[in-house]
Amino acid sequence: MKAKVRDVGNVRILDLEGKITIGSGDVELRQQIEDSVGAGFTSILLNFKGISHIDSSGIGELVGCYTTISRRGGKMKLLNLTQKITDILHVTQLITVFDVYDSEQDALASFKA
Amino acid sequence: MLYSRRMTRAARLQLLSLYENIELVERVLSEMCHSERVGEETCYWVGMAVREALANAIKHGNKLSAEKRVLVEVRLDPGEALEIVVEDEGDGFDPEGVADPTAPANLMRSSGRGVFYMRQFMDEVHFSPAERGGTRLRLRKNLTARRSE
Repeated sequence: MKAKVRDVGNVRILDLEGKITIGSGDVELRQQIEDSVGAGFTSILLNFKGISHIDSSGIGELVGCYTTISRRGGKMKLLNLTQKITDILHVTQLITVFDVYDSEQDALASFKA
Repeated sequence: MLYSRRMTRAARLQLLSLYENIELVERVLSEMCHSERVGEETCYWVGMAVREALANAIKHGNKLSAEKRVLVEVRLDPGEALEIVVEDEGDGFDPEGVADPTAPANLMRSSGRGVFYMRQFMDEVHFSPAERGGTRLRLRKNLTARRSE
């Protein structure tokens, strides 16, 4: 998995690409989130447009990151899920946990609400 | 009368307990699926289940040991079924001991979804003791009853 980092105001956006899977992508996601939190960001938007696969380890890491940020009073939201990633969040019932957006503008506005 | 009969295809791999080998197996599976015109959706979801099977064998079964191998057999009967067997050399596994990851108490756990993934994406998931002492996992996808195509 690769991640490009953009900061829009006080929101850190991670444009993710590749696979969030055991042994590489899951660890990289955690590192990116830790780096973002370490840099003082508590509003984090994960752009999934370029993510093709997320396995159970990746899902676990996503849940772990969400919990870490929430405990610090922050928010982590998801943007541009593909249909397959949406299906996975539905079957795992995590779609009820995450805030998901199709528009970056709407996602950014939601952090201000 | 002219007719064509599509042949069964099979592959057998013996792998080191490395996560990188998950990609190798997925490539083999993908090549077999595409050559026999198995639908992209079916190929994708079977690939996801196989990823979980291998991850469990490498991580929980063989505990990433350089001394232990993972055996993978893929068998594709066109129009019938896609069957994958994964064997590890670990201490065995009790699938009944896996909690439901969608239960409210487990929803935010960071692990425990691998077997659930497999059961969601395959038609049959069967664990048994392997001859060499580890776990034998058989996954089957019926190609006549596609999941979402």
